[in-house]
Amino acid sequence: MKLEGEVRIPSGCAIAAVISREGKGITGDVIYNAMKPMHDRSNGLGGGFAAYGIYPEYRDLYAFHIFFDHRSTRKECEAYLKERFEIVKGELIPTRKIPEITNEPIIWRYFCAPLGSMVASEQVDESEFVARTVMKINTEMKGAYVFSSGKNMGCFKAVGYPEDVGVFYKLEEYEGYSWTAHGRYPTNTPGWWGGAHPFSLLDSSIVHNGEISSYDANRRFIEMFGYKCTLQTDTEVITYILDYLLRRQGLTMEEAASVIAAPFWSTINAKPEKEKERLTFLRQVFPSLLITGPFSIVYGWNGGLMALNDRLKLRSMITAEKDDKVFIASEEAAVRVMEPDAENFYAPAGGEPVIVRVKEGKF
Amino acid sequence: MKDHFIYPEFEVVRNDNRCIQCRVCERQCANEVHSFDPERGIMLSDETKCVNCQRCVSLCPTRALKIVKSDCRLRENANWADDTIKEIYKQANSGGVLLSSMGNPKPLPVYWDKILINASQVTNPPIDPLREPMETKVFLGKKPEKIKRNEDGELVTETTPQLELSMPVMFSAMSYGSISYNAHASLARAATELGICYNTGEGGLHEDFYIYGPNTVVQVASGRFGVHKDYLEAAAAVEIKMGQGAKPGIGGHLPGAKIVGDVSKTRMIPEGSDAISPAPHHDIYSIEDLRQLVYSLKEATEYKKPVIVKVAAVHNIAAIASGIARSGADIIAIDGFRGGTGAAPTRIRDNVGIPIELALASVDQRLRDEGIRNNVSLVVGGSVRSAADVVKAVALGADAVYVATAALLAMGCHLCRTCQSGKCNWGIATQRPELVKRLNPDMGSRRLVNLMDAWRHEIKELMGGMGINSIESLRGNRLMLRGVGLTDKELEILGISHAGE
Repeated sequence: MKLEGEVRIPSGCAIAAVISREGKGITGDVIYNAMKPMHDRSNGLGGGFAAYGIYPEYRDLYAFHIFFDHRSTRKECEAYLKERFEIVKGELIPTRKIPEITNEPIIWRYFCAPLGSMVASEQVDESEFVARTVMKINTEMKGAYVFSSGKNMGCFKAVGYPEDVGVFYKLEEYEGYSWTAHGRYPTNTPGWWGGAHPFSLLDSSIVHNGEISSYDANRRFIEMFGYKCTLQTDTEVITYILDYLLRRQGLTMEEAASVIAAPFWSTINAKPEKEKERLTFLRQVFPSLLITGPFSIVYGWNGGLMALNDRLKLRSMITAEKDDKVFIASEEAAVRVMEPDAENFYAPAGGEPVIVRVKEGKF
Repeated sequence: MKDHFIYPEFEVVRNDNRCIQCRVCERQCANEVHSFDPERGIMLSDETKCVNCQRCVSLCPTRALKIVKSDCRLRENANWADDTIKEIYKQANSGGVLLSSMGNPKPLPVYWDKILINASQVTNPPIDPLREPMETKVFLGKKPEKIKRNEDGELVTETTPQLELSMPVMFSAMSYGSISYNAHASLARAATELGICYNTGEGGLHEDFYIYGPNTVVQVASGRFGVHKDYLEAAAAVEIKMGQGAKPGIGGHLPGAKIVGDVSKTRMIPEGSDAISPAPHHDIYSIEDLRQLVYSLKEATEYKKPVIVKVAAVHNIAAIASGIARSGADIIAIDGFRGGTGAAPTRIRDNVGIPIELALASVDQRLRDEGIRNNVSLVVGGSVRSAADVVKAVALGADAVYVATAALLAMGCHLCRTCQSGKCNWGIATQRPELVKRLNPDMGSRRLVNLMDAWRHEIKELMGGMGINSIESLRGNRLMLRGVGLTDKELEILGISHAGE
């Protein structure tokens, strides 16, 4: 059977997220418990979380979470990292042995800072340097896989049901101002841990429910810019698209949403002149980054979350609020677990981004 | 010296029980196959002149006529086919280069027919074009590498010129001269109604058709016929024709007999003179020269119009296209070896060039490998025969396609492949006034619009089945294609998997 990345595997999914606009700490059990009522949306072949604000003591360092299939792979990978980074700390990620999660790889994390001289010699900025390092390890170093590489954030994922994955990683011991979660229902998979979601690059992470029909058009376009879609998953390509639009092209979150879930031409033509010009421009310039087919995504970054549906709204997704918190989930039931008194339930229209930012200075 | 006798290729079968001797066939046949013998009171046929254009068959009021392939054959020989031997007789008789028309008719592989399209089942939904919006609009032209903002942080929305098409199809180059005034009128009017473009070919633009300029691509070919400032300014885009799929490596040739009246005026050459385009552009012997012509045309049109460079699909097409993509061209048009023509040397038509499917796949991939796919749009032709071919071409990586043969068929062409004679009974590939008037531009444009409307519906159905609701998401989406009965090498070049994989 072919491994993930050698073959494209469509999946259905469950997603959930919570964020505090005030930057207040939320423990991980809140989010993994929210996945329980959506159990049937996953099939035990992948679950994971992204957490923001969990490493305040290392907030200026890149936190690399890496799967190794063997001790020797780790040695080799560490040697490579040391050529490019100052490693401040390296340790096993704490886990708990539970019968629901088995066959775990070696799971390690490193807090590190890029070597200034190396960054300068490659003539790129720091984030591009880190992104290249991740891409290099993931494409060229067999048996090593970086699944998280941002500052003061981290992804945790495994083969299993998401609520079990949360227990496995002891997420109740972490406190973050923003969390996203994913439960996977792949149609077939050999069960590789790297294939679970969220998918993450630098501090951006994506959880996604859907199967996009534009995949290969998107992939073949984005690969022109140095990205390598090694996993052949939708989530991976969406992460790279957003990285390209936001970080490399400098689009705003709203503009990026108008590229990937572009309004229909009929809608654009009915807009006021200035808006029409802007939307036409974005569709004209980035036609290959339009994403079609069903998706609901939650995009996370340091300081915020964006929820977005495909332009036909072919996947369920709901948002709600309570005090400083905003909740996003595939189903209302998940929100009710996180906050029984949640209010302002809202189903965003297809292509309508819901953007939540933590107040300046609170994260 | 007496010519070798060549038995006629076709037989005219007349059912005397049905024939009412109305003599429509006689009046309709410009080749003078039919005649009436008043003494015997019967209709006669001279099959030696018949090209099987089906005009008489179509117009016979009692369906008394049919044209069949003659069964009078030379002795069978697997090596020396009937046609091969007859071509030798013809050359021994005349000492000339054999001429023929339209696309390569040989039984070489048609890759479109070995590619199958995907559809959604279970894991994502097919979309119903009758109930959901389904978009086919495309913009052709260079895309900026980096977006810009003004001082207020707003997006600067100016782009290099883009050609907007309501669907990813254009009518390909056919010159006024090779085809009739009425055929051009039909194409121009249909393109305007459809929101797409037609292409003048290298024969200039008749003054009556300047009003269709916003839907016109004007061609600048090696003979420079009909090129002047107003011509360039009238157009939506300017196309430099370096080559053509039916006859890569040689220029166009319109016999003096077709250079009459307005054709001569539009081409800006004397009546009756042969219009022979040189094989190369004599100011383009290399890629850097092409760049100069591209920029000359951009200067002449104040950088307001996209420049298309059209080339024939030849062996080294990926490297050639890569060069063109760096030469300032906004759009590359590639014409495959099955592309049609009004006249081409038979040996060239049947033996030079490569299939468009393979050329398209390798060019699209090469431009992506070099990171310059965004510098240009890709338009392919030769031959795209149906909405399914369009969908396959777009999924392989084309931004749009060129169709000409299909457009001719819509106007009434029966693909008899004798355009070079100038005696087209359907009023298309002729300049004889009595034949030209057989094609009514009202009817011609209506049929072209019908055909494209039908294709647009079919494209939407196919896209919807794949769960795709905009053509942009189909472009280069090779995962939506699978090959059947192809070798590993063919699949590798096409960049697709085999069915079942």
